[in-house]
Formats: sequence, C-alpha cells, structure tokens
Amino acid sequence: MTITLTHFSAAVVFAFFASIVFGITQRTTPREMVRYGLYCFAMFVGGVLVAGWAMWLIRR
Amino acid sequence: MANPTADKAKPAEVKVDAQPVTTMSVVAPALGWLIPGAGHLIQKRWVRGALLMFSIVTMFLLGLAMQGHIYKPNGGDILDILGFVGNLGAGGLYILSRANDWGPGAIARATADYGTKFLIVAGLLNFVAVADAYHIAIGKKQ
Repeated sequence: MTITLTHFSAAVVFAFFASIVFGITQRTTPREMVRYGLYCFAMFVGGVLVAGWAMWLIRR
Repeated sequence: MANPTADKAKPAEVKVDAQPVTTMSVVAPALGWLIPGAGHLIQKRWVRGALLMFSIVTMFLLGLAMQGHIYKPNGGDILDILGFVGNLGAGGLYILSRANDWGPGAIARATADYGTKFLIVAGLLNFVAVADAYHIAIGKKQ
C-alpha cells in the first residue's frame, strides 16, 4: 500500500501524532496533558503556516 | 541540657536521592521499547499506553506507506548513523521491518522523504515514551 500526502497534510498528521506523545509524556495530570497536547499541535501547525508565508514572501 | 557546640560539630548528613532498582523499572522500559506503549500498559496506564501505541505505530506505518527509508547499522555519514539511531527507537517495529525488508527507500517522490522522517520520528517519540514509562516505574511520575 502506498500513500501520497501533500506537504501540508503530512505536516498536520505529523503534528497530530507528535502532539499526543508530547502531551502524555511531558505533563502529569490528564487535564494538563490535553492542554499541552493542544498547545503543541497549535505551535506545530502555526509554525508550518508562518514558515509557508515567510517562504512565499521571500520568493516574491 | 542540649550542648550547642556539640550539635554544631555534627557533620551535615548528605541525602542521596538514589532510586531503588525494581523489576518494573527494568521491565517497563524494555517492553515499552519493544512494543510502543506497552511500558505504560504493563503499569495499568491503559489510556496513555493505548494512545502512545496508536500514535507511534500509526506514524511508523504511515512512514512505510509513504515509501520511507529504513536505515541499516552503518558507520558512514553522520546523518545515516543518526537515522539508524532514530529508526532503532521503534524497537519491535524496526526489527519487523528489517526482517521483512520493508522500507528499501529508493526515493522517487518528494513526499517519500517525509516517510523517512516519519519513521525516524516514530522511533524518537518511542524513546520519549520509554523514558516516561521508566519515570512512572520509579515513582517519579504518577
């Protein structure tokens, strides 16, 4: 089976799974785990968007 | 009556914060490395273990499906060595991949390189999960 993801979807999938692991392993209580996982996901995806727009601006 | 000079002469006790080596502190990380999430499951952290297993195994399988490259033991380029170390973190998944010769990694598409990164990061995330299982086993974390 072969999967072809776009650059953006690959980054979102990566962010999703990495955030779950970071949330569970870096915090102690379930509430903090969820909050930190969401924070990591937002930072990952936000970073992708910022880097994408920065590259768009550099290219122009 | 207390003698203040005698109390002062006492050397300060040095507290050693050594963790006792228990069976669980050895078994949980080893099992967690071999089967991602199992280090938490064996300690009855069902939800955490299941989520870790789901995340790491899915990420590894996606990497394989994206035609990612599985690194073999090597002594060449530093990035190849680090790639091998990252892959090795996946434990049983890495052994299974090597046994079945999955992930030959003749990169034909740009996204296949993402597959390679997925495989490496799945292994590195498993290292983090193993460390967490150890901390639970020694009582440093609940």
